[in-house]
Order: sequence, then C-alpha cells, then structure tokens
Amino acid sequence: MNIVVLVKLVPDLVEELSIDASGIKLDDSWLRLIINEFDDHAIEQAILLKEQSDAQVTIIAPDIEGVDDVLFTASAKGADRLIKLTGIDEGEINNHALGRAVANEIKDLQPDLLLTGVQANDDLDGPVGPLLAEFLGLPYVGYISGVKVDNNKVVARKEYPGGLIAEMEVTLPAALGIQAAEQPPRYVAVSKVRQTMKTATIEEKSVSELDPSGSLSISKMYQPEVGERATMIDGDEEEITAQLIELFQELGVM
Amino acid sequence: MNQDIYVVIEHLRNQVSDISFVMLAAAHALTKETNGSVVGLLLGENNQDLVKNLAADRVIYIDHPALAEFTSDAYINTLENLINDNQPRVALFGNTSIGAEIASVLSARLDLPLISSCINFDSNAGELLYISQICGGKIMIEGGFLETTTLATMIPGGYKPEQGQSKEAPEITIVTAPELKDLRVTLAQYIEPEVEDVDISREPILISVGRGIQNEDNIELAEELAELLGGVVCASRPIVDQGWLPTSRMVGKSGKTVKAKLYLAMGISGAPEHIEGITDCKTIIAINTDPTAPIFDVANYGAEIDVLDLVEVLIEEIEEVKGE
Repeated sequence: MNIVVLVKLVPDLVEELSIDASGIKLDDSWLRLIINEFDDHAIEQAILLKEQSDAQVTIIAPDIEGVDDVLFTASAKGADRLIKLTGIDEGEINNHALGRAVANEIKDLQPDLLLTGVQANDDLDGPVGPLLAEFLGLPYVGYISGVKVDNNKVVARKEYPGGLIAEMEVTLPAALGIQAAEQPPRYVAVSKVRQTMKTATIEEKSVSELDPSGSLSISKMYQPEVGERATMIDGDEEEITAQLIELFQELGVM
Repeated sequence: MNQDIYVVIEHLRNQVSDISFVMLAAAHALTKETNGSVVGLLLGENNQDLVKNLAADRVIYIDHPALAEFTSDAYINTLENLINDNQPRVALFGNTSIGAEIASVLSARLDLPLISSCINFDSNAGELLYISQICGGKIMIEGGFLETTTLATMIPGGYKPEQGQSKEAPEITIVTAPELKDLRVTLAQYIEPEVEDVDISREPILISVGRGIQNEDNIELAEELAELLGGVVCASRPIVDQGWLPTSRMVGKSGKTVKAKLYLAMGISGAPEHIEGITDCKTIIAINTDPTAPIFDVANYGAEIDVLDLVEVLIEEIEEVKGE
C-alpha cells in the first residue's frame, strides 16, 4: 500500500497579517508560515494506517521556508519518504498550479491512497485535494474523520453538519480530504526531529513549469472593515470580572 | 456562454440546507446585472417536492437512484454534463462537505475558474465582482469574473436565507440523468450522532471553550463556571479533535448551530466555521488575547485577556456574589 500525503504551509493566523504594496498579496516579509493543521491530521492518518498494515508513506510539499522542519517532523513520526518540489515562488502559486505540479510528480509513484487536509486557510481557488485528485483521475471524498482500508477499497467517514456521519466506500486508488485523524496528531520531541535530520533525506524535484489556469483574477485584498465590533471591557482580571458579573446580572443569568 | 446563474441545491436527508437559500439570494443579486435567470439544479431520487419554496426562476430536476443520497462521483458526472451543455455565467456551490469537493473537481475536469468562499457579489460599471475571504476571515479578496463560465463556492453571512425562499414553487424542467455506472464512490450507511448527554442547540447559557484553554485539565474550570451560571460547556473544533469534549458539544459548521441567550466564548478566535454556528445567539461575550480575533466582530462584548488569567478570578467572584 502506497500512501502519499500532500502538505502545504499556510500563514499562522495567530500573527498579524498585512497586505503588501501590490495590494493583492499578503506581505510575506512578516508572514510566519506553519503546517496547515488539516495536513497535520492527514499525516497522522497516514501513519496510523501504516501502523495497521505495512504501508509506505511518502510526504510531498512545495519548497517554502520552513518546509524542511515539517518534512523531518513527519519522518520522525514514521513517514518513509520525503519529497520537496523546488522552483515554486511561494507568493505566486495557486492550488490549481500546485495540483498540476504535484500530479505530474507523483503519477509515477502510483499512490493507492492520496491524503491531504480538507482545506487550508489560504485556499483562493478551491481546496487542493480534489483538484489534485482530478488531475490524477482519482475519485475524491472530503471532510473525512476516519479511514479503514478494506482490500481494494477504503471505508471513509465523511462528516455532515450536526454530527451526522456518512460512511462512504471509495474504490482504490483514491484521494481523501482529511478533516481530522482518528487521534490527534502525535507529538514528537525536538530532539527526535534533530536525530531524524541526520539520517533522513529530502529528495528535491524541480518543477519546470507552473500552469495556474483555473484560478481567479484578484483586484484587491484588504482587511475587513471594522464594523460593529464588540464593546470592549478594559482593565485587569479583577476589573473585567466586576464588569462581567454586572453584565451577567443584567442578562438575568445570575 | 449564457447569462444564467446556476445554483446547485444542497439537500441532506430530504431537507434543503440553508446555504442553498443563501445561494439563491446571491444568484438573484447576480442576475440583476447579467439579466439571465436564476436556475436551481436539484439532483435526487423522488425528491421533486424539495423545489417547493426555492426562489428560482426555474429548477432543473434530475432523478436517478444513484442520486438518492449525495456521493461525489454521481453528482460530479451529472453536473459535468449540465454545466458543459448549458454554459451558465456562474455556477454556485456551498463551501460545505457537499459543494466544496464537487466544485473543485468540476473546475479541474472542465478547466473552468473557481473562486472559493465567496460571501458577497457586487458590480462595478456593469462588471460582476466577487468578494471572498481567506485566512479565517481575516483577509478579504475582491475581483472580477473572467469571460468564461465561472464556478464559485459560497459561505453564509452575506445574504439571508429568507431572501432565497419563495411561497410559489418554481417551474420545473426534468432532465434525464446521464448513465451513472462504474461509480467509484458509494454511500454504505449513515451513522447517527451519538446519543447526547445534553443538546447544546437548546441550552440558553453556553460556556464555550477554544484553543485558548490550552489543556484538558482546564476544561474543569469551564465546567465550574458553567455550573455557577446554570449553563453547560461546549467547544470549538480543536477541543473536540483533541478528545477533551465529545462531538455532541461541538459548535459550528460540522457541529451544532446554537441559539443561546448567553454565549461566553473563552479562548476562541472565531474561524468562519465556528461563527456559522453562533450567529443566532442573543448575547455573545468573547474573551481572547488577540485583539484582531474575528470573534470580536460578532461578539456584543469582548475582553482582551488570557482566559486562564481571568477564569479563576471570575469563578471566585461569582461564588462570593452568590454567597457560596
């Protein structure tokens, strides 16, 4: 069983975001990039499947600042093979172009199962998973929070609103968009990641051409206008507490 | 290409989803500019009665046993033909567990542009504009449409579902389904939500915890606070994914929509998926360290403080006021 996981790095939303001088892009000089949290779940799901069978897990990611750490961390968790796609300008790539580039690279790997995070916070032109699946001619099901392999198919738990689950049977080879792994992504100690850096290798594959067709035209990027924002309660914890209690009393909950 | 706006009607277990009405409302805003028709696309088996309150100029209904319940392959193969044959100006899909994947696959298959997470549409000198959001609602994007059939996914917030509802049933055109065989995706079964200890969608006082609560042990503090205020504890997605609270307590897109009198959001940043579930709450109070957190855009009251610095003091003071 050959499992491939596509991983993206995305803006860390805890940091302040700003728009660059072009007015249509995030200012990357201040941008802190982290692994897309759903991709982290996709890695975890792949490792869980590997532990249940003897699958080979390949992680592939575009070469963006910080990607080596992400790949080595995946290796420390149990991934077998690490690939980074070079020659990609991080500010310019959209999911259509990334999907085509990755499809080109991994079609020779002939994955039985392709996993990606169901979405990423920088998706402008649709999530990358279903685009990649279609470029490879694979069926796709997203919003998955549980995967069982059963001979030539997978049984995937697809989430609907209100906690309803649809158990979908998908013929292999297939692609799944992971919402949550069956258990939270495991923690690996930094020392173990450092150790992995000495033994694991990252294969570099260069992307010759990017085809972004299918994306949109952007004329403006901006931070949402501050409309009717919350009335802020200022002060230290004592002062805020006093005002909250007053508020609770007004609302009749105390 | 014609000037119609297509809306892929989403329904689950014989009920039209709210996002479908939101999209119909958006489609009417778009046809004001294009002068085309609002066309609903309804796929199903014996589901024709679902058209009855759709505010569409007409509905194309496709009936087939393989379309009885949503599966990606059958939906995509059916819609591929419809969009390819008719070439509408825009086709709208929900940015949901149904719409997001079919829109993306169709974009790749038909080589059509796709805009995700649109919240609003507008126009400028006769040119259509979309307004979408990324980065958990912290960044907005605006742009025009290319001169080709364009696919777009929508999130709620810009249009009210009531604007997409009508008392009069629309005209129906029945179209034969394509041959749907060798489908690679099939529905095995639905699994009902676990039996719930409490139904948070009916609770008037909710103490909701997010990542800011930091670790499992701190859930107890939220429980304590909830008990003092006569409420129950619920959570955003990350807390449930960690296994700290059961799925029945999850608020948002894949969890519950809540309608509390008081919703106290503790350490929740307010991703769009979470906001979707709390817009019907009467009073929202948000506690978060990040002054730019989107939760403050929907909250009535906010405090910029670490929830862990606040909660113990708050519990003590409430106990004192209540004389316990």
